[in-house]
Amino acid sequence: MEATETRTEPFVINLGPHHPSTHGVFRMRVTFDGEVVVDVEPMFGYLHRGIEKLAEGRTYTQIIPLTDRLDYLASMTNNWGYVMAVEKLAGVPVPERAEYLRVIVGEMMRISSHLLATGFLINELGAFFTPLMYMYREREKILDLFDMLCGQRLTYNYMRVGGVSHDPPPEFWPAVKRFVREMPGYIDEYEGLVTTNEIVLARTKDVGVLSKELAINASASGPFLRATGVDWDLRRDDTYSIYDRFKFDIPVGTNGDVFDRYMCRIQEMRQCCRIIEQALQQIPRGEFRARLPHLVRPPAGEVYGHIEAPRGELGFYLVSDNSIAPYRFHVRPSTMINLTTLRDLTIGWKLADLIVIFGSIDVVLGEIDR
Amino acid sequence: MAPIQSAEQTVLAIRPEGLPAFWPADNPWLHALVFIVASIAFALVMVIVFIYVERRGVARFQLRLGPNRAGPEGVLQAVADLIKLLLKEDIVPRLADKVVHLLAPIVATVPAFMVFAVVPLWGDGAMLADLNAGVLYFIAISSFGVVGVFMAGWASSNKYSLISAMRGVAQMVSYEIPLVMALLGVVVFAGTLSLNGIVDAQSIPFALLQPLAAVIYFLAMSAEINRTPFDLLEAESEIIAGYHTEYSGMKFALFYVAEYGHAVAGAAIFATFFLGGWKGPVLPPVLWLVIKMLVVFFVGFWARATLPRLRVDQVMGLGWKALLPLAVINVLIAAVEVLFWPSGTTQWLLVPINIAIGALLVFLWSRTVSLRGGRVEVRTRAEVKA
Amino acid sequence: MTVALVGTGVAEAVSKSIPGSILASDEKTVVVSADKLYPAAEFLKTSEFAFDYLANLTSADYLDYFEVVYHLVSLKKNHSLVLKTRIYGREAPAVASVVPLWRGAELQEREVFDLMGISFEGHPNLKRILLWDGFPGHPLRRDYL
Repeated sequence: MEATETRTEPFVINLGPHHPSTHGVFRMRVTFDGEVVVDVEPMFGYLHRGIEKLAEGRTYTQIIPLTDRLDYLASMTNNWGYVMAVEKLAGVPVPERAEYLRVIVGEMMRISSHLLATGFLINELGAFFTPLMYMYREREKILDLFDMLCGQRLTYNYMRVGGVSHDPPPEFWPAVKRFVREMPGYIDEYEGLVTTNEIVLARTKDVGVLSKELAINASASGPFLRATGVDWDLRRDDTYSIYDRFKFDIPVGTNGDVFDRYMCRIQEMRQCCRIIEQALQQIPRGEFRARLPHLVRPPAGEVYGHIEAPRGELGFYLVSDNSIAPYRFHVRPSTMINLTTLRDLTIGWKLADLIVIFGSIDVVLGEIDR
Repeated sequence: MAPIQSAEQTVLAIRPEGLPAFWPADNPWLHALVFIVASIAFALVMVIVFIYVERRGVARFQLRLGPNRAGPEGVLQAVADLIKLLLKEDIVPRLADKVVHLLAPIVATVPAFMVFAVVPLWGDGAMLADLNAGVLYFIAISSFGVVGVFMAGWASSNKYSLISAMRGVAQMVSYEIPLVMALLGVVVFAGTLSLNGIVDAQSIPFALLQPLAAVIYFLAMSAEINRTPFDLLEAESEIIAGYHTEYSGMKFALFYVAEYGHAVAGAAIFATFFLGGWKGPVLPPVLWLVIKMLVVFFVGFWARATLPRLRVDQVMGLGWKALLPLAVINVLIAAVEVLFWPSGTTQWLLVPINIAIGALLVFLWSRTVSLRGGRVEVRTRAEVKA
Repeated sequence: MTVALVGTGVAEAVSKSIPGSILASDEKTVVVSADKLYPAAEFLKTSEFAFDYLANLTSADYLDYFEVVYHLVSLKKNHSLVLKTRIYGREAPAVASVVPLWRGAELQEREVFDLMGISFEGHPNLKRILLWDGFPGHPLRRDYL
């Protein structure tokens, strides 16, 4: 049959910055041909607060609350990445107990962040909030635990250079033990609700495929990179803190599609539980913070410290001129760099897929725009 | 050839045996007035009931409480919402087509209530008009709602609304066909197009006798009234609120009523066609109908609370590749069965046979029709020029 | 554990292949001259060093010169290197873009262009990213007030 020649006129939609599923104030300038995406141009900057510039006028300790406001769904790991970079720069030793506490809260933060990432992904698939509400239930428990630790539920400001700000109260330990014991069952529940659902499979399998080569070339990181089949996790491949003491697996996808990203996150949550369990068994008594002068004054020099944050490699590049404030403070925004390939992933897919693919990258605008 | 009945006679073909003895059956105007008021009141009350049931029910699915402040257990929430919407400013976009923008919610709402003219609500024959072409009337009216949707999407001069309107038209046109085909199977068994006649014919509910038709009809109806997993028109995560993005105040309330009105109508029709309508022991007929409607609606919002949404081309694919051929096969099987199977008490034997045939067909289709993939090769402007 | 390569050793290999490209090198870093940046980066990516992953790209303003910093990682060999280049002159600092080598540089170079005012020659879409067009100055420069 001969195809008839029909002419269509592409039209442009500004998706965002006030669209319900752009995870904040992200804006995409999308050219559509009917429902098919022809061109995507991401636009940033609606949440730009100049954190890098602000940091140049603050002491090293005063910057910690600023890092809370980067990736506001994973503030603990932001704190951690930053204080680790400063410790590397200043050569500060960290007490054992503090390292364990950091691992425990860091992994709980990863669970919490992945819960939201997968929950909102399913929501963007069109499920009317039910999976999301289930995932919120467990995230709430994590936030309560963090509330015990530092009195905050979103911006924790918990880590300090050379340790953490508080030792956990006694009621923290039974609560966290109970949570880790129950969490795998809840993950089974999510999987039963979502993973084998035919509509979910039809909407996510082979959708938004990212190739291994492109993922590496475009500096993708985190679950987004691992879903393509690249076995690269900074916790294992550039071991920081005390991750070499724990046994855990790194889930890796095969296809690099939306479904693999979802599965990677689900599997990672299970591994997080394993790590927390081991950490709870091993944690020693002792100091939770090294004794340091009030003002950290690292020697002149520079450092690039990076950790495996829930959304990918979170790096801090610090230049010190031996004063109380950094000379240069730069954040490597993992999710912004993951968005480099947004256009390649979404071209040719439909409007509904665009939203889902964007959701599967899992961005937080606080980190992108800084 | 029988003489053509006058219009008045056709519309008001009253069947007085289901009505009380004092009923003024000889005065068609009085009859019409009573039933118009009663039908619309029934539909509106059911809309409020459905809204309340869905909000509380979905909240249960989602580990929430749902509305529980206005009135006892939140039953007055719909009233509170209505007062709020009435007091809201009516915003019309500057570039909107003002007349069409105003007409759209009315056009969308009216057909939902017009359907109730032919549904036997209160018992045998106790309805506004027992049309001998009731099924045709229902099909014609129910597909009219999309005109309002399209008018809204077009007049809003909003791109999201326009996308929604285009989706709506494509979806309704596609799903109208399996819907009609599914009803044909029932009509073949009942041997009449009158809805009251169809209820009368159900000594065995047609959901058992025509299980495949019931499933197809339910899915097609979900698509017609755009409920999950076919709620493309109001896909919040994609196109904000779809065709009613630019509506506020009472106009928005009308769309809201229209949405649930179509759901009520759909549930009433499903109950009438497949679950035996008002039939049932002990309880008054209208209560039986309401119970059956709520059961149908429960399955609807159960799906809504559980399932994600299909993509637009997948919805089309499901309609054309799966539902339509299955519906056609179903009509064929029904016709063969009616031709060769003696009607009467042995009709019970058809129930397991038809359930088996339906399950087999659904299984075959689930193995062959796949909705995966769907990437389209596109060329950008630069590539086209090169 | 990612091995941080010794800068002087890498510098030797780079200067053997691309003579005159090395400005300085020490334990941790290799500093290449701005005009030889692209060939040097290409060498690092394609030679036995196999730096296939650009972890981070940023810049710093030292008033005399701008420094553009590339944190390179090889996922295959699990080693890393800090590559730097220096750009003198504050009026129109420019350096070759590494987007043809690592696409991950695309948005990061735009960010450096936006906030530090260094333009990258050969970048496919070099325009402001976080601030709006027409914003006066480049805020991360040390002389911006």
